[in-house]
Formats: sequence, C-alpha cells, structure tokens
Amino acid sequence: MKITINRREYNFNERELTVKEILDRMNFTFPMIVVKVNDILVKKEDYKKSVISENDKVEVIHLISGG
Amino acid sequence: MKELLKDKRVGIAGAGGLGSNCAVALARCGVGRLVVADFDVVSKPNLDRQHYYLDQVGMKKVEALRENILRIDPEIEVTARAVKINAQNTVEVFKDCQVIVEAFDEAVMKKMLIETVLAEMPEKWLVAASGLAGTGSNNQIKTRRFGRLFLCGDGHSEVSSKLPPLAPRVGIVACMQANQVLRILLALRQKKSVQEVGN
Repeated sequence: MKITINRREYNFNERELTVKEILDRMNFTFPMIVVKVNDILVKKEDYKKSVISENDKVEVIHLISGG
Repeated sequence: MKELLKDKRVGIAGAGGLGSNCAVALARCGVGRLVVADFDVVSKPNLDRQHYYLDQVGMKKVEALRENILRIDPEIEVTARAVKINAQNTVEVFKDCQVIVEAFDEAVMKKMLIETVLAEMPEKWLVAASGLAGTGSNNQIKTRRFGRLFLCGDGHSEVSSKLPPLAPRVGIVACMQANQVLRILLALRQKKSVQEVGN
C-alpha cells in the first residue's frame, strides 16, 4: 500500500497496518505525540486497533516542552 | 482592524511565556474578548520571559494578565479563569471561543489539550506551539498546519537545564501564534472555507 506520513509518501508491502505498527516501523518512539489519520484524531488506546490502508494520510505531531 | 475583531473571542490555555505574550499581542490588535486560563501565580523567575512586572509577583497570573491587558485597552473583556485546565473542564472553559491558543509549558499538557479539543470540539480552531527553547536560529521556527490545528515552533528544541526558554524565541512563537489567530479570524470573517485559511 501507498500512504503518506507527515506529507511524505511511503510504500509498504502489507495491504494494511495498524497505527502502532506504523509508529514502530517509522521509529516514532517519542512519548508525547498526537496522531491524526485522514484528519481524525487517533488516541493512544486505539493505536493497536486503528487500521491504515491504501491512500491514508497519517500525521504524527511531536510535542516538546517549553512555553 | 479593531472593528473587525472586537466581537471575536479567543481562548488562551496557559498564561506563562506563550500565553501572556500572545494575549497582549491579540489585545493590542483589538480582539475584543479573551478567555485566559491558568492556576499559577506570578513568581520572580517568570519575569525573564512572561508579560508581568515585579510588583505583580504573588498575584494569580490570570488576574495580573487581566490587569495588564486592561491597562492597554480597558474596553477588552478579559475572562480570567484561575483553574488548572484538564480533559474534563476544557470544553466548559473554552466553549464560546472561536479559536483556542495552546500556551502550556509541559508537553504532556500540550498533548492533553490538543487531543481534547480535536476529539470533543472538532469545530474549533487550535493554535499550538512546540519547540522554542534556547537561542537557535529564528529561521527554523515555522507554522505547520494539520486540519484546524496549527503548530508554531522549530519542532525540536526542548527545554532543559542547558536549553532554557528565553524571552526572544518564546516571544517570537507567542507572536506567531497571535498572527495565526488573526489570520484565522479574518479568514472566517471573509467567509473563507476551512481549506482557504492559510498558515
């Protein structure tokens, strides 16, 4: 499948992956992230359930302390 | 400009370095109603970057900020909420605001507010900040857009003992947030579609 992650295109051999699998493969290990799939928020408790497939748009927003 | 903005209401979550400076910038532009929320009190070290004065040390930040904004323009309606914002009270505190500014210090609070607004108030516009510590290049700081969420900052400079939050970069990001709020409010006034609101 072909998907975009943070506005870049990526190809995976699988037809589907969960958000958790995508985060692991991309090495997004930061604890403070917000994930949106096709502009909809996916909460941490749903990372293992939420499925990503062809043409999905994934955004991983990393939050850093300071203000 | 003031005529266009006087009936608008903007929420500011956190009245520290980002929130106090962003609120003052919005007040100077004429945004007529501000809701500021913070439970903390002004301390002497806050004066290195936050819009408060020595004689305000010990005051609740939201009360001190209200006082400072009213000294700039007494016509502005400032709602001072001295509460700790959490997933339960976010909707009640900011429900009447067109745009909400995320102005917290800690990443865990930023995440909580962003997730709560995206999940429970999807019609709201949210302007957040991430990555502003130290004296890194001005030119690394930018605004990224994710639907109705805008994120200002360099995306990587985290506060630490070696990388403190300093007035210039905190102020840059606070004013970038204020400018993004204006861009949203003015675009809405012109009845632009969601996609047409630029970052």
